[in-house]
Amino acid sequence: MLAYIARRIALALPALFGLVVLTFILSRVIPGDPAATLAGDAATPAQIADIRARYGLDRPIMEQAWVHMRQVLSGDLGNSIFSGRPVSEDIARRLPATLELTFVALLLATCLGIPLGLLAALNHNGPIDHLVRVLSVGGLAMASFWLAIMLQLQFSMEWDLLPLRGRMDVPLGLPPRVTGFLLIDSLLAGRGDMFVDAARHLVLPAVTLALPGLATIARFTRSGVLEALQKDYVLYARAAGYGRFRLATVYVLRNAITVTVTQIGLLFGALISGAVAIEAVFDWPGLGTYAVQAILSADYKALLAVTLVVGVIYAAVNVLVDVAQALIDPRVALQ
Amino acid sequence: MTALRHLMRDPVAAFGLLIVVFAVFVATFAHWLAPFPDDAFESNIMQRLRPPSAEFLFGTDNLGRDIFSRVILGTRSALLVALAVVLAAMLIGVPVGLIAGWRDGWLSEGLMRFTDVFLAVPQLILALALGQLLAPGIFTAMVALALTYWPFFARTVFAETRRLRGALFVDALAGIGAHPARILVLHVLPNAAPAVLVRATIGMGFTILTAAILGFLGVGATPPTPDWGLAVSEARQHLPDAWWFATFPGLAILLLVLGFNLLGDGLRDAADPRLRRSRH
Amino acid sequence: MTALLDIEGLRVDMRGGAQILDGVSITVAPGQIMGVVGESGCGKSTLLRAMLGILPRGATARGRVMFEGRDILPDQAAQARGRIGFVPQDPYLSLNPTFRAGDQIFEIMRRHATGTRADHRAKLLDLLRAVQLPDPEAALRKYPHEFSGGQRQRLLIAAALSCDPSLVVADEPTTALDVTTQREILGLLREIARARGLSMLFVTHDFGVLASLCDAVTVLYAGRVAEAGPTRAILDAPTHPYTRLLLACHPDRAVELAGIPGTVPPATAQPSGCRFHPRCPQAEAHCADAVPPLLAITEGRSLACAHPEPALV
Repeated sequence: MLAYIARRIALALPALFGLVVLTFILSRVIPGDPAATLAGDAATPAQIADIRARYGLDRPIMEQAWVHMRQVLSGDLGNSIFSGRPVSEDIARRLPATLELTFVALLLATCLGIPLGLLAALNHNGPIDHLVRVLSVGGLAMASFWLAIMLQLQFSMEWDLLPLRGRMDVPLGLPPRVTGFLLIDSLLAGRGDMFVDAARHLVLPAVTLALPGLATIARFTRSGVLEALQKDYVLYARAAGYGRFRLATVYVLRNAITVTVTQIGLLFGALISGAVAIEAVFDWPGLGTYAVQAILSADYKALLAVTLVVGVIYAAVNVLVDVAQALIDPRVALQ
Repeated sequence: MTALRHLMRDPVAAFGLLIVVFAVFVATFAHWLAPFPDDAFESNIMQRLRPPSAEFLFGTDNLGRDIFSRVILGTRSALLVALAVVLAAMLIGVPVGLIAGWRDGWLSEGLMRFTDVFLAVPQLILALALGQLLAPGIFTAMVALALTYWPFFARTVFAETRRLRGALFVDALAGIGAHPARILVLHVLPNAAPAVLVRATIGMGFTILTAAILGFLGVGATPPTPDWGLAVSEARQHLPDAWWFATFPGLAILLLVLGFNLLGDGLRDAADPRLRRSRH
Repeated sequence: MTALLDIEGLRVDMRGGAQILDGVSITVAPGQIMGVVGESGCGKSTLLRAMLGILPRGATARGRVMFEGRDILPDQAAQARGRIGFVPQDPYLSLNPTFRAGDQIFEIMRRHATGTRADHRAKLLDLLRAVQLPDPEAALRKYPHEFSGGQRQRLLIAAALSCDPSLVVADEPTTALDVTTQREILGLLREIARARGLSMLFVTHDFGVLASLCDAVTVLYAGRVAEAGPTRAILDAPTHPYTRLLLACHPDRAVELAGIPGTVPPATAQPSGCRFHPRCPQAEAHCADAVPPLLAITEGRSLACAHPEPALV
């Protein structure tokens, strides 16, 4: 098993390396002279040359690439053109907000999606099955930002049940920052009221973000269970007298889950992508709004850093997912 | 082909096809179908933010333009953008997949690793990163989307080529000395076509959605284009009163993407029962 | 001696009208190993499924399956589960690859056998030793793919015995194995059946297996019993034309390799009267009119034919 984990991590490294190279290439291919951009509009040629020397932009390209690589590996992602602060700081500040949202959405998608898929499969061609199938296709066809706005319209503006934007009501303030996850930090600070408020603010964004994932998971669980039910070992289990309920849940689910677990890896990527639009709608102070702001202000360093960070997280999640799969179905570790 | 006949027997997929055909029809005849075809560009402040009525079926927007007409006109740009992106992605991805799948070796490994780099980051993020290279706008968005989608074609074609490589008829052809390029183009490619078609159909739906998101974020289509995503973002500040402004363009997105997804699913089932996902 | 298993007039129709079994009657005495032989399509698998309560959806079953004095057909064999052990055909596909071997068998024991987990464990280890599986303790923790085909089949036999059945039903359990392993498994089954006084219902298409393992044999054709009786008697002196032809096909017996002309009729289009008549060399006109009833011809032997082969003395 450990060998499998090591192998799996090793597999992810070339792509990440390629990503660093890609971001480097992009940073040098951006139209315009990076030195001039850094120096600002009113800089004199002398100032620009000075900046160029200071940032090593006059060095041979391979040397620049090497420096870039070293910087990235040591966590130095440059300074934001927009804020002037180190990008890594900006990202560190904003990452927990996005991660909290993504995790809650992932939780919703799996905890609702798997049972729904299972129910649909057991109710094959029945009313529940049809309902789940409609939900699955519908959920994937909706534009996330549109759904977010529709939900805001109804739950926030019309019925005033849930907050409209942000992570917390401003008057409440924020709990002392330990993890950056408001749900955890508020509990650690013993502030139940903050916890509830943070949770309320999470509902609409997380539900919107979760919906496509829920649809996919339900769909794949359903087909996974249906396929598993056809297998000989299920027939044998029935003949040998396994209990019907246990057969349908514990037994078959383990076989069907492998496909679903794969989906979770891909899902995480989709969730991060989806978070960009949803953060925009809900004014969520996360990586998504940071990225959009970066693109609108041509802050390429920030954007490329975000790309890199997201790439690393995505790769890490995929490794975790593969390991989880190997734990469920031991044959996977043999590949 | 028999695949089409299978498709017709599947009511859900047929429904998807109907939607797509309907959308193509609307896009083609947009100028004749829209009650106010000039509303792509003209504004009429006197009529701003009117609720849906007999005259303005979907109401009017903040510049007094008929939303119904703009939705119809937006169909054309949505379809054209998606088509261009998917075709461009195919043009890059299919050859890469063919070459990588044909022979094992450093070229194949290299190409697939290269493909992996593009798949290392979720697509929207990558599209945003690539989009910086050019001036913001719909063309940039299209380029960026094509550059993020081609790996999916590459992977599909790679898998198909690998699968067909072991087929007897390919061996026979190689045996009689047919040039690899010939085999790939004339024999492997047509057999891989169904999988590519499925991927393309789903890609259409995906691109429409992603392009809408880019439009919404302000890095895709620019005003006054009747882009659906752009319309929803323009509508935001007029909520909750002018609910129709945000609702109808979004519904259009939903319907069209649904159509492509259902069609893609149906094609997948029809082409190869082994690939059946949620249909049993 | 009352029969352990008495199938009376079992009829099974599938959804859509195909009639797979038509009035099959088989009797198995305690301690007897009964073989059921027939070509593909004769309904032997369906017979087992009906007995185990795992018929496909939409299938209807009529008749009686008397097991230990009770008709288990109406309740889908639920009551009989612990008392009937099942050894499936394919050891490669019958075990769930994501569960450890021991856990799968414990699940069965949990449902049908009394005792604590520790009791079950001890018992299972004994069984694994009885089926000659090497290193039973380690085997419990292994996954199915870590065993060879023969070893998996031994596991399945152990599973079948785990709830102290009085009847073991086996569906061609050696077909998927190589010849040497086949012999071993058959020997094992015979030994176990004798040692524990078990009855067995053994489905096969192989006469060699029949000869070496079974006390009695029932020959099925197209969903009906053609003839039944002690193995030696049937093999030495078959009376039904079908049995005769089947035996004649066997490479060990055949003078020249021959087949039986024609094919098994599809379940949806059965011939009228005796179902074998289109292929039968002895058929006469009235064979197509009436279904020949299954009649006892001598002690322990029955036959369903209007024109039997004269028995070779």
